[in-house]
This record gives sequence, C-alpha cells and structure tokens, in this order.
Amino acid sequence: MWQWLVRLYHRLGSPKWFYDITEKWIPWLAVLSGLGMLAGLVLGLLYAPVDYQQGNSYRIMFIHVPAAILAQSAYIMMAVAGAIFLIWKMKMAAWVAKVLAPIGASFCLIALLTGAIWGKPTWGAWWVWDARLTSMLLLLFLYVGVMAITMAMDNEDSGFKAAAILALVGVVNIPIIKYSVQWWNTLHQPASLKLTEKPSMHIDMLIPLLIMILSTYLLFALLVILRTRNEILRNERKSKWVQERLVR
Amino acid sequence: MILQFHSVSEFIAMGNHGFYVWLAYGLTLVILGWNLLQPLFERKRLVKEQAQRQRREKKHAPKA
Amino acid sequence: MSLVLATIKRDLLLAARNKGEWLNPLMFFLMVAALFPLAVDPDPKFLSKIAGGVIWVAALLATLLSLDALYKADVEDGSLEQWLASGESLYAMTLGKALVHWCISGLPLTLMAPVLGLMLNLPSEAYVAMLASLLLGTPILSLLGSVGAALTASVRSGGLLLGLIILPLYIPVLIFAASLVYNASIGLAYNAQLGFLGAMLALALCLTPFAAQAALKLNLSR
Repeated sequence: MWQWLVRLYHRLGSPKWFYDITEKWIPWLAVLSGLGMLAGLVLGLLYAPVDYQQGNSYRIMFIHVPAAILAQSAYIMMAVAGAIFLIWKMKMAAWVAKVLAPIGASFCLIALLTGAIWGKPTWGAWWVWDARLTSMLLLLFLYVGVMAITMAMDNEDSGFKAAAILALVGVVNIPIIKYSVQWWNTLHQPASLKLTEKPSMHIDMLIPLLIMILSTYLLFALLVILRTRNEILRNERKSKWVQERLVR
Repeated sequence: MILQFHSVSEFIAMGNHGFYVWLAYGLTLVILGWNLLQPLFERKRLVKEQAQRQRREKKHAPKA
Repeated sequence: MSLVLATIKRDLLLAARNKGEWLNPLMFFLMVAALFPLAVDPDPKFLSKIAGGVIWVAALLATLLSLDALYKADVEDGSLEQWLASGESLYAMTLGKALVHWCISGLPLTLMAPVLGLMLNLPSEAYVAMLASLLLGTPILSLLGSVGAALTASVRSGGLLLGLIILPLYIPVLIFAASLVYNASIGLAYNAQLGFLGAMLALALCLTPFAAQAALKLNLSR
C-alpha cells in the first residue's frame, strides 16, 4: 500500500504519465460531474422543501456552499503543490499550483456573488459585512495576490517560486484571518439572523447539497486536469512524446 | 420527496425570489462555463501553434 | 553575524543621512489621518469613535509606502549576492533588515501617534492602549512586509503589487489593534487583543524570515 503511494507520487511527477492517464479520466469526470449536478439541482430546485424563514431564496445555497468549500480547498491544494515544488523541485507541482489559482479564484468569486445575491432578499442589502462573506472576500484578495505576483516576475520559474512562497504565507494566515474576521464580526453583529448560516437542515435539503458538493469537486478535478494538460503541452512542446501526441 | 412547484411559471417565480435565484445560478453558469471553455480554446491554439511550428521546421530542415 | 550587524549599521546610517526615508512616511501618516475629518465629519464625538481605526489604517498605508525600498537597493548594487556568498545566515539578515525597517518606520509612527490622537480626539484613556497596540503591531507589519518587499524587489513599480499582496495579511493585525484601542476608549478590557497581537508577533518573528530569505533568492540576476 505504502509502496503503491510512493510509486503514484513519482508517476504524478512525470508530465507524460499524467497526460496519458488523464486522457482517459476526462470523459468520466465530465459525465459524472454533469450527471451529479443535474441530479443535485433537480432535487434541490424542485424537490427540496421551502424554507420557512427564507422561502425559496435559500436554494442559492446549492451552488454557494459547494463554491465556498472549493474556494478554500483549492487554496490549500495550491499551497501544498507550491510546497512540493519548492522542496522537491517537481515541475508538475508548479504547473498544478499555477493552474489552481484562477480556478480557485473563480469559485471564490462565485461564492461571493451568490452569497451577496442571497443576502439581498434575506437581509435587504446587496453586501453585508458578515463573517463568512468578509473572509471569502479576503480569500479572493489572497488569490489575486498570488496571480499578480506570478505574472509580475520576469522569468517563469521565479514566478512559480514567488507564487509558492506567497501561497504558503497565505495558508498560514488563513486560519488567523478567519478567526479574526469571525471575532470582529461578533463585536458588530446586530441581533438579527446571520446571513449565511445554513438553514435548519432538513434531510431533503441535505441530500441535494451533498450531491452538489461531490459533483462540484468532480468538476473542479476536470478543470484542473484540463488546464494542467495545457501547461504540459506548452512547457514540454519540444519533447518527442508531445509532438507524437499532437500529430495523432 | 414531493414536487414543490405546481407549474413552470411557479418554478421560475420561486415564490417572488426568482430574480435572485436565477441571477445567482446564471452568474455561476457563466463563470463555470468560461472555466470549461478557456482550456479547450487554449488547447486548440496550442495544437495549431505546434502544427505550424512543425511545418516550419520541416521546411527549414537541413537538406542532408 | 558580523555581516548582519554591519548591514544594520549601514542601513541605519543611510536612513539618518537621508532624512526623507523616515520623515516622508511620517508626514504621509499625518496627512492621511487629517483626510478623514476633512472628508467625513470633524465632529469630536464622531472622531473619537473612529480615531483608533483611522490611526491604524494610516499607519498601515505609511508602512506600505516605506516597504517598497527595503530590498531594492540591495538587489541593484549587488549586496544581495554578497550576502549569499558570505555564507552568513540569510535568516538573521532578513530579521535584521526587518528590525531596521521598524526603527525607521514603525517606531517613528508609534512616537508620532499621540499627535494624531490629539487631532482625532482620541479619548484620554486610550492613549496608553494605542501606544501598546502600535508597539506590538508595527513590528508585525515590518516583518510581514519584508516578505512582500523581498518578493517584489525586482519588479518594476512593484510598490502597488506589494500593497496588493501584503494587505490581506495585515488585516488580522488591523482588526485586533483597532479593536484594542476602541475597547480602551470605551473603558473595556483589552487583554485578549493584546494577547493576540503578542502571539502574532511571536509567530511573525519565527516564521517570516524563512519566507523572506526564500523570496530574496529569487532576485538574483540569472
């Protein structure tokens, strides 16, 4: 078991192996995530009961919560990939980290926008400084910083290293930021309903939510794989195996 | 598990929260859609570039 | 060790001779604080509520201004290569540079802050707390900022990029420090905030030099 993990880790470091094996995974990921989302959305939009406090607007939760979860996971993955690149100089890790930034930022943006839209009927304002939304905004700033420093460096390798360092500093800060924003929010929290508090979870709401979370992870994997394959093509284009694959 | 809406128009109205719900889902679709399409376009561009380069190299290959 | 001390001495001497390096951020600090009553409301009751927050935001911005130049000169004149060639600990070097930065930025800001307190009608009970918050908080700003400065040292007009990458990291410091001052001004206890700032300072002292030295190595001309 351990041997298999080590071998898997080494294989993942090989761009050719990654490229060839993900070719087979892509159709599966696309179909599974598509079907999953369809199922989750049908259940969530059509069958989940109306919330007695928020009415039908809570159905935004079925995309807001998965997006928020993914935005945070993606950042941590980006930091881990960055660390692997810094320590073991694995090129694949650098490319995966680079690719995770815009994808994670997109999910972060979705979480922010859907959170704000959810807030309008619930709380009457398009933006509220509640703890979760504010933390999500700061996470977006962290993503923007990583993408900005990658683009600003003169050579690509420095860009990867700078992004990795910044992502690691950011990942250490994320729990601190979340705690401090939560703490700040309790100081200023008016007595009314907290915006992004999950409604009392009826099982008929929970099931579609879980399906959506899983399907979003599958979609996320698909997106990461698609972009990483392009990075491989771009960086390894001089190698023979790439030229063979492209001519096919 | 019972169907919550009794007609399509009811479904779209979402109990007068329809604007918000569909705006949220619409924006999500746009952002996720772009995330799916961008790598596909990029790949097409890379393949095209590679084909052009290979053609150029063959043309300028040293005539042995 | 001797190279670190020599660098600290050199930088402090340069700052003493080039007064603009530490005077300009101080003037900026003062001006930014003055903007708030001008733009919003000079009513003393209103100002006393926001004084702590405004002083801290102004301190943050003034610190960002002075961070940009932290490593630029060393990259350009080749000192960076000399540090690496010397074999001395880059960890100690980055710690030393952050200390120098605090001496020419954070410390003057802290000493100047009571003047801003007067301008913004900070309640008298809050002065000690404000000084404590600045004394603990500005070193954290220098330490975190030195990581950003190291990352952007080779980037042209990297000042704005520096702000972009460092500001999210500054926010917890801002939250706890401003809340500390506010609590003091309304007579509540502020031990929790002090504790948090102290903990963040300890963490920053230990960890930021690792990131800063890794970032510095990126600036070597290839």
